[in-house]
Amino acid sequence: MAATMRCEIVSAENEIFSGEVTMVIATGTLGELGIMPGHTPLLTGLKPGPVRLQMEDGEEDVFFASGGFLEVQPNVVTILADTAEHADTIDDMAAAEAIEAAERAMSEAAADMDYSRATAMLADATARQRTIEELKKRRR
Amino acid sequence: MAGGREIVKKIGSVQNTQKVTSAMQMVAASKMRRTQDRMEEARPYARRIRNVIGHLANASAEYRHRYMVSRDVKNIGYIVISTDKGQCGGLNSNMFRTLIQDIRAWERKDVPASLALVGNKAAGFFRSVGGNVVAAINNVGENPEVESLIGGIRRMLDLFEEESIDRLDLVSNQFVNSMTHRPQIEQLLPLDPDPEDSYKHMWDYLYEPDAEELIEGLVQRFLESQVYEAVVENTACEQAARMIAMKNATDNAEEMIEELTLLYNNARQASITQEIAEIVGGAAALE
Repeated sequence: MAATMRCEIVSAENEIFSGEVTMVIATGTLGELGIMPGHTPLLTGLKPGPVRLQMEDGEEDVFFASGGFLEVQPNVVTILADTAEHADTIDDMAAAEAIEAAERAMSEAAADMDYSRATAMLADATARQRTIEELKKRRR
Repeated sequence: MAGGREIVKKIGSVQNTQKVTSAMQMVAASKMRRTQDRMEEARPYARRIRNVIGHLANASAEYRHRYMVSRDVKNIGYIVISTDKGQCGGLNSNMFRTLIQDIRAWERKDVPASLALVGNKAAGFFRSVGGNVVAAINNVGENPEVESLIGGIRRMLDLFEEESIDRLDLVSNQFVNSMTHRPQIEQLLPLDPDPEDSYKHMWDYLYEPDAEELIEGLVQRFLESQVYEAVVENTACEQAARMIAMKNATDNAEEMIEELTLLYNNARQASITQEIAEIVGGAAALE
């Protein structure tokens, strides 16, 4: 049997996931991270993007985190997400619409809409879409 | 002897008051449910981030962030969480009493206090008592939001960084159960190592990208979540305390109505007796 560790995902609104996993794959500020049991203690920021959890039975579960922090302690991975949701609950259409809206906001980036906010919106929306695609790939 | 009509009037007014208090009791009871749910939702995040901060404070880092360094306490800062409205029994005044004792204890060591106040009641209290209020957040409402609290937190963080305060405490009510609420004072800064932490040996995190930036973001988020949790918890306390206070008021009104009714009946009886006595007396005089 594969070695496991605890993984806990919480967002400011509630507890999203808590259980034993064999691997956590997330997007840190410096790039993709794959964390397995026995990883050295690590503290990193998270970029908006999918968080994939590999379960003991080989199943994979996908969550979406729009930024936050990830802490690795021997045997525990804690993800403090700004907002997190189960990938199933993200609406495909809503994500596409959000991307469109963000791109429009950026092209119209006149004085009234500040540019950095628009980029953040775009990053968030594309991250959501990435999560959905990830999920779809798995379903196929 | 008070006339019967005055007593009837008084009974009527007590009954009206009773209607108001019992309505408030029911409103508070239904709001209490909702605020308790919010409190439960805010808890996991606040607890986890407290753990992470505890680990962080224990890590034997090469780099000690200024939030982790304990300085001699020359000035102390408080973030005080109170309610917006009254009618909730001794909830606020109990907390203020605890706080004032704490402030006095520091003052005896020549440590002045700076206050950041959340909620209208704290503002009112410190306006009359006096105190160095550096930030105030009023009208938090029943659905507090993190955004509305950030300003006050930022102010205290700035004061800590420019060393105008050397320690930051959070004062609020702890929700033990719906009947019991306990005032508590909790240290926020400098970060307190987690005493139950089992990883006491020499270790440090890998920080990505950069320790300073990361810790700063994390501490900011930590303070926000702790203050937010305290506010949400205090709101739950407020509704529970109001429910109890209003229940007591309703019961007291009931008791008062009973006493007044008794008094009214006595007065009525007395006046009837007197009338009879007068008639009998008059009849006897005619004979």
